[in-house]
Amino acid sequence: MSTTTTDLDALAAALRAAIGADRVISDRQELRTYECDGLAQYKVIPALVALPADAEQCAAVVRACVAAGTPFVARGSGTGLSGGALPRADGVLVVTSQMRDILEIAPDDERAVVQPGVINLAVTRAATPHGYYYAPDPSSQQICSIGGNVAENSGGAHCLKYGFTTNHVLGVELVTPDGDRVRLGGRAPDAPGYDLLGAFVGSEGTLGIATEVTVRLTRLPESVRTLLAAFETTDEAGAATSAIIAAGVVPAAVEMMDALAIEAAEAAVQCGYPAGAGAVLIVELDGPDPEVAAQFGQVESLCRENGAFEIRIAADDAERALFWKGRKSAFAAVGRISPDYIVQDGVIPRTALSEVLRRIGELSAERGIRVANVFHAGDGNLHPLVLFDAAVEGETVRAEEVSGAILDLCITHGGSITGEHGVGMDKAKYMPRMFTDDDLDTMQLLRCAFDPDGLANPGKVFPTPRLCGEVPGRRKGVHPAQEAGLAEVF
Amino acid sequence: MPADRTLDRLRAAADVVRTAGEHDTVAGVPARYVAAPRDTGQAAALLRAAAALDLAVAFRGGGTKQDWGSPPRRLDLILDTTALTGVVEHAAGDLITVVRAGTRLDELPATLAGAGQQLALDAPLPGGTVGGAVATNTSGPRRMLYGTVRDLLIGVTLVRADGVVAHAGGKVVKNVAGYDLGKLVTGAYGTLGLITECAFRLHPLPATVAYVSRAVDDLAEAGRLAGTVRAAQLVPTALEVDAPAGGPATVTVLLEGTPAGVTARAAAARRLLGADATAADQPPDGWARCPWRDGDVGLKLTAALSGVPRLLSEARAAADRQNLPLALRGSAGVGVLYAGLPGASDPERVAGLVDALRATTAAVGGHTVVLTAPAPVRDRVDLWGPVHGLELMRRVKQRFDPDARLAPGRFVGGI
Repeated sequence: MSTTTTDLDALAAALRAAIGADRVISDRQELRTYECDGLAQYKVIPALVALPADAEQCAAVVRACVAAGTPFVARGSGTGLSGGALPRADGVLVVTSQMRDILEIAPDDERAVVQPGVINLAVTRAATPHGYYYAPDPSSQQICSIGGNVAENSGGAHCLKYGFTTNHVLGVELVTPDGDRVRLGGRAPDAPGYDLLGAFVGSEGTLGIATEVTVRLTRLPESVRTLLAAFETTDEAGAATSAIIAAGVVPAAVEMMDALAIEAAEAAVQCGYPAGAGAVLIVELDGPDPEVAAQFGQVESLCRENGAFEIRIAADDAERALFWKGRKSAFAAVGRISPDYIVQDGVIPRTALSEVLRRIGELSAERGIRVANVFHAGDGNLHPLVLFDAAVEGETVRAEEVSGAILDLCITHGGSITGEHGVGMDKAKYMPRMFTDDDLDTMQLLRCAFDPDGLANPGKVFPTPRLCGEVPGRRKGVHPAQEAGLAEVF
Repeated sequence: MPADRTLDRLRAAADVVRTAGEHDTVAGVPARYVAAPRDTGQAAALLRAAAALDLAVAFRGGGTKQDWGSPPRRLDLILDTTALTGVVEHAAGDLITVVRAGTRLDELPATLAGAGQQLALDAPLPGGTVGGAVATNTSGPRRMLYGTVRDLLIGVTLVRADGVVAHAGGKVVKNVAGYDLGKLVTGAYGTLGLITECAFRLHPLPATVAYVSRAVDDLAEAGRLAGTVRAAQLVPTALEVDAPAGGPATVTVLLEGTPAGVTARAAAARRLLGADATAADQPPDGWARCPWRDGDVGLKLTAALSGVPRLLSEARAAADRQNLPLALRGSAGVGVLYAGLPGASDPERVAGLVDALRATTAAVGGHTVVLTAPAPVRDRVDLWGPVHGLELMRRVKQRFDPDARLAPGRFVGGI
């Protein structure tokens, strides 16, 4: 589909009429502000940006796009790391950051109702005085939005024990890709009908735009205890992690950093991790006092038995925050030790940890590309940081090769190409390595039910353009319907 | 006997087909054939054949919930999963298992306990299969801590209406690649495809358990106590109310953990519930079971948590007005209650009660669904009640099963 300047002018006028002139951006310089999300290696200037104030305005924007046959891309804070909110040059970027009201904190229902632009951490801040918090905690929780979390099903360190965003989203109101407003789920569990809410969470903006989100609030734990254990090798730290899980302990978090990640964090935030550590583990337990007291000693022993040469126990919240500061700042911190880097996100079965880390080390040595590892060890969600210098001839390509090889390692070991960052634009090409054509076609059935015209965030998640209405299956060449001018590829 | 060419063609696809017997019915509708595939490949071949023959198909595991949901509009073939059994993989170190759909849920504990692990799904009807639990999204008391099928299912293998085999999710807990089709088929009553394999996350078996119970005179008190327990720092695995018709109600808190931790928390729970609360290491009678028997009326009532006391009181009062003996049991800690009525209850009175329950559950943010009922009641009431997003659901069904051959009419809105 091609959009002409005249078409765009007409669409801009329609959007201004629908939501107000001050909520529509068409100036090229201003549009440039929105040219990428957190994955800055892809840049596309959107044709238009719309900033709806509420759900009805959001629906009006989508209806205008549908009427014009123009694709649209939803974006919250734009912190996504897979290009899921990358704009389309021929499309409208629908920015939900002005829909940022916390509509209700209902501790008696253990629920909060928020608009999609509300910042993740703001929900916890609003719930804490009532004795509750919002458990999913992406590392970007100080800036990422709930709408984005829902779209990407992005988790964080506490997922191991408390589950993922999808386990904490109880209801959404969404604008469907044809501009209808629909409620799925809500305050009570188990709404009758298909679990479209479950299908919507993590669909990366391809099934519509969330305009209101009902989330579960979790009781603040009575007790939290955190330790930092230093090991000489990642193998030892991995073995300690396995031993903790095998002992039947489910920590609130088990996070690992290797020597290079520690070096980066020290350079950035001076977190003072033990000198000479080849790996550190941060293990956090939370829950009722007597349970945490009983299990914390066990965790400490297991770390020592598996080679920890130093264990520090956070004496108070300030010390705990310092332990976490190194971990949470690691992604940004590698900028201190490398001009460029790729944040990879893949998942492996926890038992494959040692083997995969060793192979990553070999890949790194073979290709002359440094890789820092910082990750959620408890659930096998790796975040290799692949370091390179784009100014050096060939390094960018080699870094991308190493990055891709790591994803292949994840798939080979029965894992996933993404644990929390999403597929987006960046990893669509890897989807066929994890799923068959039949698998992907089946997912397309869902997509086409929601979005028969393919206007919602086209080009993301799925590798090959598909046509709604075609018989799923392997296809070569141009589709006959497309050739005959009867259908558009999206 | 004349040759049955349909039977021959089904047998050509996979020689595991027989003509149906008198018990081969779904919600009272008789089938013509029953097929019991032994693997996903045979199931796919049978569904391809059924598509070519335009046969309407329903799926059956242990058959414990065959009378749940609306009767299918038409039915030719029952695809029986009881030969599709066994644990494909149990990766103890990764806390996951992959299980074939026809495996009985109550056989899994023996398999997994050796590694000190469990699939934390309650089976409200003994003899049900894994696939049946997923297809009907059954849950029990422990959902409060562990979640439901949708939270524990991390990967799924499906055979579509056209016989195409598809996978979604995988074998790792943290995975956001592609659409979560596992959730889509959870609770879909077999209207979108046949589930042949499920990957689940597992949990460690607790070292110690304690059930702390207290009898209460009225249901409002039960609701109030449930709220008190939720607001405390007990982190219960379950928080149940059991209110049999005509008897006193009981509130039970299930605590799991370390020996020292559970002892201390059980003592705290007894203080919260009141002086006459008791602790035991075994569940009370009827724990994790539906409060009805075969042939009865079975209902599912949901509420926002703050609405649980009101729902408990008003449900009982509405039953009293209809002069019906309503048994209530369920998870006060999550807002899901089950209710049972004798199968011989007057359909008009049941319909009156369902209307009243729908009004109450709607007022507290929830729903009333009639899961099962004798034919005279089914004829009189709308089993599913109002459903949000029905138009989108119809569109999903249309894409997955364009010829409406998978359990047509069994699900919400006549899907």
